[in-house]
Amino acid sequence: MSYLFRNFDKVMPFFWEHLSLTFTSLLIALCIALPLGFLTAKFRKLQTPITGVLGIIYTIPSMALYAALIPYTGLGTTTAMIGLVAYAQMILVRNIAAAIKGIDPMMIEAAKGMGMSKGQIVAKIELPLAVPVVIAGIRVATVSIISIGTVAAWIGAGGLGRLIYQGLNHDHTGKIVAGTVTIAILAIAADLLFRAIEKILSPRTH
Amino acid sequence: MGIVFNNVVKQYPNTASPAVDDVSLEIKEGEFIVFLGPSGCGKTTLLKMVNRLYDPTSGTISIDGVDIRHVQAEQLRRGIGYVIQQNGLFPHMTIEANIAVVPRLLNWDEAKIDKRIDELLELVHLDPKVFRKRRPSQLSGGQQQRVGIARALAADPKVMLMDEPFGAIDAITRSSLQEELQRIQRLTKKTILFVTHDVEEAFRLADRIIIMQAGKVVQFAAPYDILMQPANDFIRQLVGERDVYRKMGFLKVEDVYASGDEAAAASEGVSLNDDLKLVFNRMVEERVREYPVVDANNRRVGFVTMDLILTKLAN
Repeated sequence: MSYLFRNFDKVMPFFWEHLSLTFTSLLIALCIALPLGFLTAKFRKLQTPITGVLGIIYTIPSMALYAALIPYTGLGTTTAMIGLVAYAQMILVRNIAAAIKGIDPMMIEAAKGMGMSKGQIVAKIELPLAVPVVIAGIRVATVSIISIGTVAAWIGAGGLGRLIYQGLNHDHTGKIVAGTVTIAILAIAADLLFRAIEKILSPRTH
Repeated sequence: MGIVFNNVVKQYPNTASPAVDDVSLEIKEGEFIVFLGPSGCGKTTLLKMVNRLYDPTSGTISIDGVDIRHVQAEQLRRGIGYVIQQNGLFPHMTIEANIAVVPRLLNWDEAKIDKRIDELLELVHLDPKVFRKRRPSQLSGGQQQRVGIARALAADPKVMLMDEPFGAIDAITRSSLQEELQRIQRLTKKTILFVTHDVEEAFRLADRIIIMQAGKVVQFAAPYDILMQPANDFIRQLVGERDVYRKMGFLKVEDVYASGDEAAAASEGVSLNDDLKLVFNRMVEERVREYPVVDANNRRVGFVTMDLILTKLAN
């Protein structure tokens, strides 16, 4: 632990790298998962193929996936992000679809009966009601991106994983501990942040 | 002008018989109409065709002379109040936002909406100061349904559709909501189409009752006429032909009294408008067999006896 406190300025750049890798991947993942999740919820026929493919990707070990990607996209951040985005899809798409399907059909009927158009029903009823569940999915996805992101250091994506690899290579326990503890803090902080957002956005239930 | 159903048929795909089978009806403006029947009789389908949640397979429905197929569905629905079983309120919106939904869809200005919310909450006896900012989940079932009614009235529609609105509410609260709804209807003169499978509720609320069976309208008449002349055995069973007490509730003194003044003038008179249930109760309680009858100006017009009541009920 003493390494972390004495070399705080050396650890911080790794921390920022990890943070930016996480949130960039998350953003890209969401851009893909939102329409996919919506389609999965609305069209039953798409459900099995989409969740099937995503499920298969999810079961591939991260090291193996990166090894398979390197011949095509090389070493570095791009490859790392492709992997992270792919892993997050399974969690995000499933949650988004569940969130939309979980809305009481009576709610939709009331909205329709009051004269809302399809677009208004999505914007004013379905999305606001789905958001808390979607945020829960984002929370889980973020935490797993943070942890898999550690492995991504192995293919040169930077981040706190690099600190751990340095420690492993140089037999430097201080670096390993510093990297591990910082990743844990990052993951816990992200979890707490999204839990708070979830709570604020949920309809009050008392 | 009211609402006119013309040979309306609704056949769902992959079903043997139509859900609504050749229904023709004329509903007058300002009438309180109850659709009564067992589940699966087509009453809800018929209701939901009025705001085009379903479209008829054939036949036409017109409101005030305009065929509703010629009105854009969303436009039509914004002009018709719609109340469903509890849970119809949007849980992520405050009470005021729930009530404001249709006025906002119609682009009312905010000051007008604001005033209207207070007006409506007062109409359904909920204090705006207390309830405006609350969420539906913070209200009891009865309070939620009051808000549901207020929300349906928001844009002052001429027609209200109510789909078993009090079905999931306990008996005591339901009774007070029914009273409230009658008061509101007298006040606002809306045309109300109300679906229920509760016979008591139907007889209590309706100006006229539409009784449905297997997609067909088997009788469309005032509660009193249905009790006195049920159209078939199914209705006889449904309304409980032997329920003399309910029958008496729909008969008034003016339906049975005899003119003349033979009756004992000693007891206090009953009025022409009193229902027979009330008079009969008094007879039993006071062990009296006859009362003088007075008109609205408290003038003696005749008498009513237990025999006269029994003769009427035997018809």
